[in-house]
Amino acid sequence: MNIAAYFASLSLTNLLSRMPAAVAQGIIWGLMALGVYITFRLLDVADLTVDGSFTTGGAVTAVLILAGWPAWAALLVALVAGILAGLCTGLIHTRLGIPAILSGILTQFALYSINLRIMGKNPNLSASVSKFGMIWETEGGKGFLLSSRFVPQAILVGLFLAALIIGVCYWYFGTEQGSALRATGSNPAMSRAQGINIDTMKVLGLALSNGLVALGGGLMTQFQGYADINMGRGAIVIGLAAVIIGEVLCDALFHKGCNFAVRLAFVVGGGIAYYIVMTIILWLKLDSNDLKLFTAVIVAIFLAVPYLQSQARSSFKHAGKMAQKAGKEVEPHA
Amino acid sequence: MLKLSHVSKTFNTGTINEKKALIDLNLHLEPGDFVTVIGGNGAGKSTMLNAVAGVWPVDQGSIVIDGVDVTGLPEFRRAQYIGRVFQDPMMGTAPNMQIVENLALAYRRGQKRGLGWGVTKAEKTLYREKLATLGLGLEDRMTSKVGLLSGGQRQALTLLMAALQKPKLLLLDEHTAALDPATAAKVLELSDKIVQENSLTAMMITHNMKDAIVHGNRLIMMNEGRIILDIRGEDKKKLTKADLLQKFAEVAGVQEETDSVLLS
Repeated sequence: MNIAAYFASLSLTNLLSRMPAAVAQGIIWGLMALGVYITFRLLDVADLTVDGSFTTGGAVTAVLILAGWPAWAALLVALVAGILAGLCTGLIHTRLGIPAILSGILTQFALYSINLRIMGKNPNLSASVSKFGMIWETEGGKGFLLSSRFVPQAILVGLFLAALIIGVCYWYFGTEQGSALRATGSNPAMSRAQGINIDTMKVLGLALSNGLVALGGGLMTQFQGYADINMGRGAIVIGLAAVIIGEVLCDALFHKGCNFAVRLAFVVGGGIAYYIVMTIILWLKLDSNDLKLFTAVIVAIFLAVPYLQSQARSSFKHAGKMAQKAGKEVEPHA
Repeated sequence: MLKLSHVSKTFNTGTINEKKALIDLNLHLEPGDFVTVIGGNGAGKSTMLNAVAGVWPVDQGSIVIDGVDVTGLPEFRRAQYIGRVFQDPMMGTAPNMQIVENLALAYRRGQKRGLGWGVTKAEKTLYREKLATLGLGLEDRMTSKVGLLSGGQRQALTLLMAALQKPKLLLLDEHTAALDPATAAKVLELSDKIVQENSLTAMMITHNMKDAIVHGNRLIMMNEGRIILDIRGEDKKKLTKADLLQKFAEVAGVQEETDSVLLS
């Protein structure tokens, strides 16, 4: 392929025109990533339920909106459905003694069948975008619209919802109960000694997390105008990507640490950054079938950065080299 | 204040690793008793403390704290009666949380945790005063993450946390064993102070015989899951290291005898 022709075929205006949609999608995935943050960072559990509960949220929202429910009510039911999914994982983990990661996989696996049932055995439910868009309708057909047809408004509505949810999280994790939940993730033995029922806290955390994830799925359904049985595939990876990119950016900007709400905002920002990168990759005309490979590589790199940094500061290899430099009289180990 | 009656616990029952850790243990602590616990490795000291704390259920017997039978209660429910400091300085605090947040968690030990603020303004003043009594300068670092503190600072903080919500029973499980001698002495002094100021009932495991003699009003020695020595009051004041070493030797002698019988 002619490289000059390749670069000539890339249009900057085309990239810029795609950006708003990327930002809007990024915000929605960023909201979902807040759920992942609760389990992955606060509770110290890798919860794989999210791949299923994201779709559950989308499926519930689609079915209810098609049945004539207002969008906000459908989204609330999606939230509750996600909470139930998380509850399920939590109870399998704490009551049956199955490791958290396996409990999540089991629930996620089961949810595939349940999601199909919710969608009336249709792998895909769509309707006109206009039917899906309105989150809050006021008189005269005006209101808050979250739709891929009206991207600038979708971004504003998304940011408003993000601010709202970050506010609620900031409040909750500052309460006695939220503190107990964070303590459970930080040091379970200490938490028990302080009278915290860590099983209850784990179930609660998983429920809240999956509630947020399902809400994200519902919003995504609103935005794109359809629900798909596979829409949650890889959600955990995208969620982790958003969490980790957000944290790396946050730590780079605030060396001395920052407010919890700011940190959560950066998680949403991580979702946006992730979608901008993905859009650029697509713009570069890389095969969209390879996107998941790129995502996995990006997440692996960001996850590895802290470890590699510590290795650069102190490793056996490094120590060995320094020792050899200091004294040449001893032969190195073969 | 604490009454253990006929408490037994066996680990790995029915396997080749079966270990009778506690055998028909009886112990009665009066309110205000400060008991030091000594004994060799595997004597059952930590097992006894864990049985009281409810780390796992006992096989037989009952555990009563201040008239309440707690035998059937899990660890987090017994926590309302018990303050604990562990051997490992990492175990008693939440490293990712601030010093104030850790104190606030301890302040609510045994209470329902609802949706009120995790740390209130009035509490912060109280914590500042309490931290200042440690003399470690922690009162000026209240929002620092506990993970940044040294082992000694963390043990001192854990002690403060254990007594913040006055417990009926304070359990100290070799809480100075992982510290350097100077820090260990400081933490011990602090333990004494906290026990006295709050007139707590306490049990302290130690491997240091001098500490066991100097601290507390009562000393028990354990061996093979049983209490083999229980000295209190005036007798304890007269106790010397030589006495304890002799007792240790007696116990070891008995073991040697049984060994020789087995081997002959």
